[in-house]
Amino acid sequence: MTPKLNRWKRFADWDERPLRLDKFAAEDPANGFSAFSSPADPKPGIGIKGGRVVSLDGVLEHDYDMIDRFIARHHIDPEVAPEAMALESATIARWLVDMNVPREKLVRLAHGMTPAKLAEVVSQLNALEIAFAYSKMRARKTPGNQAHVTNAKDDPLQLAADAATAVAFGFDEIETTMRVSRNAWSNAVACAVGGAVGRWGTLFQCSSEEAEELRIAMAGFTSYAETVSVYGTEKSFTDGDDTPWSKAFLAAAYASRGVKMRCTSGAGSELLMGFHEAKSLLYLEARCLCLQRGMGVQGTQNGGIDGAPLTATIPGGVRELMAENLIAVWLDLECASGNDARSTESEIRVGAKILPYLIAGSDLICSGMGSILKYDNSFNPSLINGEELEDYLVLQRDFEADGGLTPLPESRAIELRERAVEAIAAVFEELDLSSPTEDMKISVVYASGSDDTRSLMPRDVSFISEAIKERGITVIDVIKALAKRGFREEAENLLDVVKLRLSGDYLQTSAMIRDGRIVSAVNDPNDYLGPGSGYRVSEERRLQLNDIRDVLDQKEVLRSEALHEKDEARHIRYRNLGPATNGPANDDVVIGISPAFGLKLYRTTAGHRLSEVLGAMLDAIRARGLKARVVRFRHTADTSFLGLSAARLAGSGIGIGIQAKGTAVIHQRDRQPHNNLELFSNAPITKLEHYRALGANAAAYALGEMPEPIVVPQRGEAMGSRYHARVALIYAIETGLTEAGAAPEEVDVVLTGAKQ
Amino acid sequence: MTHTRADYPLAETRPGAVTGKHGKALPEITLDAVLAGEVTMEDLRITPQALQAQADVARDVGRPTLALNFERGAELVEVPQDFIMQVYELLRPGRAKSKEELLEAAATMRGTYQAERIARFIEEAAETYAARGLFTFRF
Repeated sequence: MTPKLNRWKRFADWDERPLRLDKFAAEDPANGFSAFSSPADPKPGIGIKGGRVVSLDGVLEHDYDMIDRFIARHHIDPEVAPEAMALESATIARWLVDMNVPREKLVRLAHGMTPAKLAEVVSQLNALEIAFAYSKMRARKTPGNQAHVTNAKDDPLQLAADAATAVAFGFDEIETTMRVSRNAWSNAVACAVGGAVGRWGTLFQCSSEEAEELRIAMAGFTSYAETVSVYGTEKSFTDGDDTPWSKAFLAAAYASRGVKMRCTSGAGSELLMGFHEAKSLLYLEARCLCLQRGMGVQGTQNGGIDGAPLTATIPGGVRELMAENLIAVWLDLECASGNDARSTESEIRVGAKILPYLIAGSDLICSGMGSILKYDNSFNPSLINGEELEDYLVLQRDFEADGGLTPLPESRAIELRERAVEAIAAVFEELDLSSPTEDMKISVVYASGSDDTRSLMPRDVSFISEAIKERGITVIDVIKALAKRGFREEAENLLDVVKLRLSGDYLQTSAMIRDGRIVSAVNDPNDYLGPGSGYRVSEERRLQLNDIRDVLDQKEVLRSEALHEKDEARHIRYRNLGPATNGPANDDVVIGISPAFGLKLYRTTAGHRLSEVLGAMLDAIRARGLKARVVRFRHTADTSFLGLSAARLAGSGIGIGIQAKGTAVIHQRDRQPHNNLELFSNAPITKLEHYRALGANAAAYALGEMPEPIVVPQRGEAMGSRYHARVALIYAIETGLTEAGAAPEEVDVVLTGAKQ
Repeated sequence: MTHTRADYPLAETRPGAVTGKHGKALPEITLDAVLAGEVTMEDLRITPQALQAQADVARDVGRPTLALNFERGAELVEVPQDFIMQVYELLRPGRAKSKEELLEAAATMRGTYQAERIARFIEEAAETYAARGLFTFRF
């Protein structure tokens, strides 16, 4: 007797899924846990007197906190505000998804909108509408992507190699940070050198303490900064040790040094810092974004960022992340749209999170993607990491969507990694910083992550880093060292990046470098106005996206079959005896084989030799004292018809039909073609013992028995994804050999190989 | 002259007019010049003129706040790094103990570096910090 249990076992199964490691939080606006709206959120409103904003979202001027004050003075355009604030939010929401309403019109209105108004409008859009509006509203037409390049040892050799690989995958920006903060200078030099291998134009930042980061930029190693954080409540801001004015001053300082920068904000940061004022995540982020436009920064990194995992625990949290990205681009800011901190252990949630961004496009889809393995990511694992990067390449191909990356052949990756490691080693030697050994270098070139390397350790790196800083080494010294040691191309590439800061062209909104040229919202503005406009994947780009590895084609299938041809020739001989006849006696079972069986194709999809498969069936039939004949059909390649035709030729009225790929059927002469006795459709998991049992059952039917049907056990493998491309190609080879009206041929089969 | 979007990117439309702090133009800054020791970090620094040109472009494409940031940046080009970092530090919460410290920094920006926009910006911060009690002592 089966005992009664205390739970449905399915829940126990679910407990084992990675999803259950994710925790979920209840909606609780009073404690800051609400994505889109909270009773504490103000109603949108504005008061303007004499060109001055005297009230903002219900707060009078003398009650403004720092953030209100900054937004009122620097973001709100008093000329536009009355018109924009008077419009129904529902109307503006519809315009956001109306392809006939141009982006410029909506951007102009946003200049006059308060945080509560912006939040109220985007709240009206569902997830699909947000993604669509994002695609229409983002500032630059061409999408791009950013990579994290870090490792658990701060090993500069690996940083150089991984930077070079990230560049080759097509990332427009790379971002590094350290396990040990004093290693910043070494990280900066290593990534700058690695990022100059292969091509020029990848922008680079070294996320470190504010003052240090600016000094590293001044030395010429980095070209942008993005960790200038802002917050949506005053208390969070001051706890973050800044004010809107200090951050805006820093923004001007970066501009004065010709260094690109963007701010960072995102849902959940105020909640994590404990000063959320019971406001919704979206409203607080709208305040951050209005601040940023007011500060005059060209762009933002938002979409949760460090707060994304927390936001994803809240109902509607992932939709909120999309909505805040939309507000950013609506405010005409470059958007590095999050998709970085890994917000879930569920691969389904990861895929679902990234998809809207992949198909909508974004200035930087991830900010950034882990180009290195999870454990090497010094920021914390990203949504997508080195482990899963190929999945992302395939998603690009699936949706014909440009996610900014291009497949990289393995041989090219090794070549670039060798070059990068040699280059950084040469720079270190030339500048008397370190002399990496051959073993160190080789261990890094072939390493997937720092667990595989025997290279510099964090303490070694600290000496290098301190020396770079103390000796005042600049990018000019590094360029000279590269050139002196024969890395002239890399020296040129590095110089080209530093030269960007002279014109300041890349300080404009959404600037990146493609093929050696500046591409920004100024000269590549998003001009989406419906199908056929905006960013389109060109045919050339489509072919690049398609070029993932291990792609099957018919030539490939025939080549691998040809490898088995000789082998099979040693095991079986097929001799054509002429037209097949009807079996006169009822002890006769016919096995009908397909046109290419043993002639062009030699193995089942499970990898069994056709000689063995045929042998197993013949043996089993004969073991019951019956006669077994083999007939080749060329009028059809379809399993059902092979089986039925075989059955009609058989004296017993029982036949087996089998294709070269191993799909088989037991048929009976008077049945409908697709109403067989037994079908073995999962050839990839059909074993020799199943074919033997199939033969035995066919014999049993011929003897008038009612055997237990053979069940080929399956464990839910995605058979279609694993085999269908190959199967379709193989089947085309079979159908290519068919000929209407071709008569069945009796085949004498001689098994010459060792018996199984 | 006022630049427009048609002048963008400056490095492509008029490379000869894009110079570093010492007047060296983009086409002169070659690898060979670097190797010959003719290029210093100062030659790789943006000028107030380039930032003003970018401000013009930003304004032309409808980004007035970005333009203002470039203009504030232009004023900071000549300001030494140490003083920039000192003022940044002073603008952080609780660093300045009174409004006067910030006003003094603003006066130096205005007097010594002709950084009028920056000075006004610091004054605005001073006024805000006073109103919001940011000059309180932080332990």
